Amino acid sequence: MIVEIGHFALILAFAVACLQTGSVAWSMWSGDDEPRGIAAPAALAQCALLALSFWALIWCYVVSDFSVQNVFANSHADKPLIYKISGAWGNHEGSMLLWVLILAIFGAAVAAFGNNLPARLKSNVLAVQGSIGIAFLAFIIVTSNPFTRIWPAPFEGQGLNPILQDPALAIHPPLLYTGYVGFSMAFSFAIAALMEGHIGAAWARWVRPWTLAAWMFLTVGIAMGSWWAYYELGWGGWWFWDPVENASFMPWLAGTALLHSAVVMEKRDALKVWTILLAIVTFALSLMGTFLVRSGVLTSVHAFAVDPARGVFILAILGIFTGGGLALFAWRAPQLRQGALFAPVSREGSLVFNNLLLMTICAAVLIGTLYPLALESITGDKISVGPPYFNSVFVPLTLILLITLPFGPLLPWKRGNLREAARRLSVAGAFAVTAGIVALILKPGSSMLAALGIGVGVWLIMGALSETAFRVKAFAAPWPEVLRRLSGLPRSSIGGMIAHLGVGVAVLGITATSAWRVEHIQAMKPGDRIAFAGYEVLFEKVAAQQGPNYQETFGDFELSRGGKPIVELAPSKRQYTAPPTGTSEAAIHASWAGDFYLVMGDAAKDGSSVAVRMYFNPLVRLIWIGAVIMFIGGGVSLSDRRLRIGAPARRRAPAEPVAGQA
Amino acid sequence: MRRGLPLSVLVLVLALACGPARAVQPDEMLSDPAMEHKAREISAELRCLVCQNQSIDDSDAPLARDLRLIVRERLKAGDDRAAVIDFVVARYGEFILLRPRLTAKTVLLWLAPLLLLIGGGFLAYRLFRRPRAEVMAAPAPLSDAEREKLRGILGKG
Repeated sequence: MIVEIGHFALILAFAVACLQTGSVAWSMWSGDDEPRGIAAPAALAQCALLALSFWALIWCYVVSDFSVQNVFANSHADKPLIYKISGAWGNHEGSMLLWVLILAIFGAAVAAFGNNLPARLKSNVLAVQGSIGIAFLAFIIVTSNPFTRIWPAPFEGQGLNPILQDPALAIHPPLLYTGYVGFSMAFSFAIAALMEGHIGAAWARWVRPWTLAAWMFLTVGIAMGSWWAYYELGWGGWWFWDPVENASFMPWLAGTALLHSAVVMEKRDALKVWTILLAIVTFALSLMGTFLVRSGVLTSVHAFAVDPARGVFILAILGIFTGGGLALFAWRAPQLRQGALFAPVSREGSLVFNNLLLMTICAAVLIGTLYPLALESITGDKISVGPPYFNSVFVPLTLILLITLPFGPLLPWKRGNLREAARRLSVAGAFAVTAGIVALILKPGSSMLAALGIGVGVWLIMGALSETAFRVKAFAAPWPEVLRRLSGLPRSSIGGMIAHLGVGVAVLGITATSAWRVEHIQAMKPGDRIAFAGYEVLFEKVAAQQGPNYQETFGDFELSRGGKPIVELAPSKRQYTAPPTGTSEAAIHASWAGDFYLVMGDAAKDGSSVAVRMYFNPLVRLIWIGAVIMFIGGGVSLSDRRLRIGAPARRRAPAEPVAGQA
Repeated sequence: MRRGLPLSVLVLVLALACGPARAVQPDEMLSDPAMEHKAREISAELRCLVCQNQSIDDSDAPLARDLRLIVRERLKAGDDRAAVIDFVVARYGEFILLRPRLTAKTVLLWLAPLLLLIGGGFLAYRLFRRPRAEVMAAPAPLSDAEREKLRGILGKG
């Protein structure tokens, strides 16, 4: 019964989404503003129905209702409860349902909290949001229905892929989807603005918090996926330029660009046309990510051709929304009034430079990801574009972006002075150069690129701190004055500073672990002792134990340093029963200096020894700590925006130009 | 995130076929550390042909192991890096290279980022130039009629 309720709610949500969009279309066509009023309640109803539907699917997983095809294919009665629940979105159908649910939540948020938006803009936004809902609900109902029943109901399910049975991966998709789908808000606002034909700073003030929220979730979502890959896939890598990763990285890059250009639009009423275009492109890339992952086209062009229904459907959605959005843009954008003027060397100019580089990087990732597909479908030649290509393109472009980054926040709006900014960054520059030289001295034989990377990381961190120091006159004014200035700094400015600092922290981690990671592979027998990366490792024994839904063989290793035992490490190999697959679980000893990463491989044929591989990944934690700092920076900035948007009294006053704000 | 992202089950199944990496085994490794290091570097640039976007250095598929052994054999036979890669490409085709060579077919791949940067930079340059020209241009001098009107407004008859 609950299955049918969920199924029914899903179909009803489709009907309500049609109403949400249709009512606004009717208003536009007839000129009567009455029907528009339905859009907001419809958005709330759509969200409630999809929540009900999604709850029903989770319920099916929790009670292991194997009469539902989706549960049968992806769950198992013996699975721990948390993985039964996360199994609901650990598959194609369920994850698409989660996708539209998050879309509807964003729509409902506009309906519920958007009372201070102009009524017409609000309903137009909801109409666009509703149309995305229509497309994806139709996709789910026609090609990917999670509530399909099977008869007779099987006795037991086939189980969830064991490498997905992991806490990080349980919350990774919801975070990532919140990011992906959150960019739909920027898209809907852009389309609504194009329909109305005018756009102003108020528009940017509305779009920025949504974009920022989406960006924050995408940042941690990507970081969490990378962390999962790091500890679960067992060779200590954390980013592989896999097309699936690129699919989430491209919207992140475009979203980061959008975030920055929206600042210019909000503060200076400039770059309007470009910001609108970025909003469309960012969401188009999110849709493309969904298409790339969901259609199977990445595995091979042929897999796509064998079962084309889903792929063609999403491709059509991608084509309609991207093509439609861009066509509307081409038609209406020339009517948008160009905004304020500014000199090349200015805050605006630096943000244009930021956008230029971010979008070039984004385009390079896009081209690298799609080139093999395009080449094969045109000429039939198969080539591979892998990490070596991406690194050689990505690294130089990113270095230019990061080296110039600290100048931006120090330049005033309209017209700035590069020399003045450079003077303020001289301390940061001195720290950066010193750090690079220290790196070369401490790790003789390091490449110049490694030293440069360390220097850039320190440069970003110190640059962000210098910026704040100058804002609060940290070394020039008496303490009470400094504290007063600090508390008076706008949150969005502090948030930007924190986020930039986070980038620096991540760069340090990335550089250190890429340049100075060490590895050792050896066949070991119980009792063997080896020294590696300043640690001593004693292989004590191999033992077996029974987990909730797997059999496990684990090695017992003692890790010590300078004769003092630190920790017992137990890397293991698991054999899951349903589905019957093996995984290998790395054992990691984390410290601030880096991670000691231990993996147990196969036993030798005669059973006497086991292949053991160990890595030392210096400073690797900083990569994810940096991402978390970026997330926090976004949150701090968001708290500022929410205050301002939430206070209508203040909003009525002309937006005061906040001097020197990021 | 490697296989994970929004959990493409298909991709995951393939990932599993190639297993959680165990990759290079102790018995494959060369005794000369410099040569072994070279072998690892070359391996990271070669694709495991039966896996989804994994290098032979990361993959534990039997084919990847064979390829790793071939790379090491060629190195032992005295080949340099380019010769080893040529040897492998001659047998398995360009598809095996994770860093595609610059040919007529890949010229766009390699040049596109640079062209985009230059093209985008040019557009941005125009963005600055035009308004600047407008700002810099001195306003047109007043016509006689306007001058007359101005005098009237200022009341200096």
